[in-house]
Amino acid sequence: MLIGGDLSRRSLIGAGLAGAGLLALSGCGGGERKSTPRRGGGIRVATQAASTADTLDPAKGALATDYTRHFMLYNGLTCIEDESLVPRPSLAKSFESADRITWHFELQRGVRFHDGSELTAQDVVFSLLRHKDPAVGSKMATIAAQFADVRSDGRYGVTIRLTGANADLPTILAQSHFLVVRAGQNAPDGNGTGAFRLAEFQPGVRTVVVRNEEYWIPGRPHLERVELIAIPDEVSRVNALLSGDIQLCNAVNPRSTRRIEADPRYATMATPSALFTDLIMRQDQLPTGNPDFVQAVKLMIDRPLIKRALFRNYATIANDQPIAPFQRYFNPDLPQTVLDLDKARWHVQRAGLTGVRMPIFAATAAEGSVDMASIMQEYGSKVGLNFAVNRVPADGYWSTHWMRHPMTFGNCNPRPTADLIFSLFFDSKADWNESGWKNERFDRLLIEARGEADEARRGELYGEMQRIVHDKCGVAIPVFINLLDGHDRRLKGLRPVPLGAFMGYRFAEYAWWED
Amino acid sequence: MSAPAETPSSMAKLAPLIIKRVLSSLLTLFLVSLVIFTVSGLLPGDAAQEVLGQSATPEQVAALRHEMGLDRPAHLRYVTWLGGIVRGDPGMSYVANMPVSQIISDRLPNSLTLAGITAVISTVLALIIGISSAINRGGRLDSALNVTTLSLVAMPEFLIATLGVLIFSVKLLWLPSIAMVTPEAGWSAMLRSMALPVFSLTCVVVAQMARMTRAAVADQLDRPYVEMARLKGVPFSRIVLFHVMPNAVGPVVNAMALSLSYLMGGAIIVETIFNFPGLASLMVNAVTSRDMPLLQSCAMIFCATYLALMLVADIVAILANPRLRA
Repeated sequence: MLIGGDLSRRSLIGAGLAGAGLLALSGCGGGERKSTPRRGGGIRVATQAASTADTLDPAKGALATDYTRHFMLYNGLTCIEDESLVPRPSLAKSFESADRITWHFELQRGVRFHDGSELTAQDVVFSLLRHKDPAVGSKMATIAAQFADVRSDGRYGVTIRLTGANADLPTILAQSHFLVVRAGQNAPDGNGTGAFRLAEFQPGVRTVVVRNEEYWIPGRPHLERVELIAIPDEVSRVNALLSGDIQLCNAVNPRSTRRIEADPRYATMATPSALFTDLIMRQDQLPTGNPDFVQAVKLMIDRPLIKRALFRNYATIANDQPIAPFQRYFNPDLPQTVLDLDKARWHVQRAGLTGVRMPIFAATAAEGSVDMASIMQEYGSKVGLNFAVNRVPADGYWSTHWMRHPMTFGNCNPRPTADLIFSLFFDSKADWNESGWKNERFDRLLIEARGEADEARRGELYGEMQRIVHDKCGVAIPVFINLLDGHDRRLKGLRPVPLGAFMGYRFAEYAWWED
Repeated sequence: MSAPAETPSSMAKLAPLIIKRVLSSLLTLFLVSLVIFTVSGLLPGDAAQEVLGQSATPEQVAALRHEMGLDRPAHLRYVTWLGGIVRGDPGMSYVANMPVSQIISDRLPNSLTLAGITAVISTVLALIIGISSAINRGGRLDSALNVTTLSLVAMPEFLIATLGVLIFSVKLLWLPSIAMVTPEAGWSAMLRSMALPVFSLTCVVVAQMARMTRAAVADQLDRPYVEMARLKGVPFSRIVLFHVMPNAVGPVVNAMALSLSYLMGGAIIVETIFNFPGLASLMVNAVTSRDMPLLQSCAMIFCATYLALMLVADIVAILANPRLRA
């Protein structure tokens, strides 16, 4: 998801292989009998984390449970429905912009909130502007800062003026944080235009929603009732699936896939995603700021080993830049960095760092980082670097260790656009510029690409940015980790959307139960 | 020396003794509150940072800190907090925007039910196992029970719980693998979903209680008064129940109080495995979100329960054994 709050980073782990999940897709089963969505049925769904901080306020969503809950109750102006990640109209029946600075959204007519009141431009203006109110504590405050002006344009029109050109606005607005609540609701209580009505909400325990009979999209949703709980312990979560207590769960460990697939009643759905765990080398400290050191580290990462041993092949090999091969604007022309210990040793010697002792900080908070650090230690000894693995507690890792030492691990959730991942993590001024690198050309390209309407040109700009990050930035990205969901085979209509687990957290609107 | 008839003078001696115990418990609780407050203040980061996440600007954090009162000096915060606790108002949760008392009142009944059912079952079981193995000392039953209780003591609870889930939920599909405690669920559904958590906790505490019972009873059985009673022709069952048990009750109750106090707070592993919405998991939650009012209230509840159980055990021991009244 768009945000990278402390908890949301932890909220996404997993890996997987697209297998049964893809086959379950309606009508795509080749010779299989085509199954049509059927109405009815109730399911229980488990995510991996919930807490008393659980919220009904889309602006404050921080975990998979929050995103899933919000997508059941509310709608956004736009939505992302499939793996193409192209934003489509939702509450806005159309949107347009001539200069990508001023955007006009035309709303659907006759959409009603659960309490019966009609959706108007007022509600949208209120929902978007509240992100700028510091008292709301929106996770999107920094993104919403680019809304220079949001105003209604008649009863069903909304005009958004941005501080600078941004061609990705429709994608940004499809995020769960920007879902529309009713005007005047400073503490949203679940009254949305969404496919489900709220029946019960107990923070940290459960959320129960029931089908919204008057949902404005005909024929949806199919399920009568969804109960959302969290089972933080992975083994318990898989056991609950296998004993029939839940019908869908996320964050399945690759080690558990064999157990799930062994039972004909259950299946796993893998979502190739741009989730990654990266090794951060601070550029403002030595020796990690030495370009030779950075090169040496990138050359001594055994990517196939990490993919195979840590993620059981439920991962995609990455190339030290954050755009995954299946994403838009991926640059296929970059040479893949491969394990080359001789070259790495040469870089270490050139930097005069042979025999230097370096601590690496790792925690389970960054998926796979502890094992990655051990592998680094092993290969480091072969090229003359003496890494010491400091395993620290996951609790408080992001505030006390991440980016604070010369070498730490980060973990970054999939983002819907290249612009977001680059602006949040690689812009020189970004809060989460993990390695503290600065590259003027990169920053210029980022602003240029954001406002560029010509797709081909945009692709070139993002391609060059990937090259700069790959060559110069102080982060090493070994693999992209797949997200892995487990589900009952009777639950149909699921398909991977690379933004997150559960079809980008939006399964409830599409899934159906087949007895 | 079975329990002598209470004389007025010994009862009069008893009251100040008990009052002294109660007062010392209260003093301990006060000291505990100081420790809880200090230790929870040592956690890195605070609720303002946790709530706002990493994208927070320093101004936002400062403003929220001020709103939460985190910028006030520690001793002032302590006095306000303790005053609230004494009045029965533990304040507002930083994270959930709800009164702490409401959050806790949602969870406390769950924990109490779990602890209560486990306590009843394990106490009865422990007494039966402990007494029967003590009176069969050296016999086959004793060795069998010894092996069982010793291996249960040695087995970590997550292993017992996980094995329970694998057998009863995943393989046999008899019991739910997670405890889904809903207010509208009937008693039978509730008992079904509590079966495995209660089973796991019972395995853990019953073994220790049974071992202590056995030791206490066996110790008494060696005393001369037992031999005397036997020589006088008192039936053995009567000796055990009316002569031995009153004398063994002190250490037995003590062991039980220790085991039971564990049920309230120490059930965290069982709560995690069965996703049981109890107090222990709530407290862990409060630690990670730095929700101090909630964290401190949970800690106070656990400590108060512990002290209360110890107090009861002490008083029972005093009542049962006149020599302790000196």
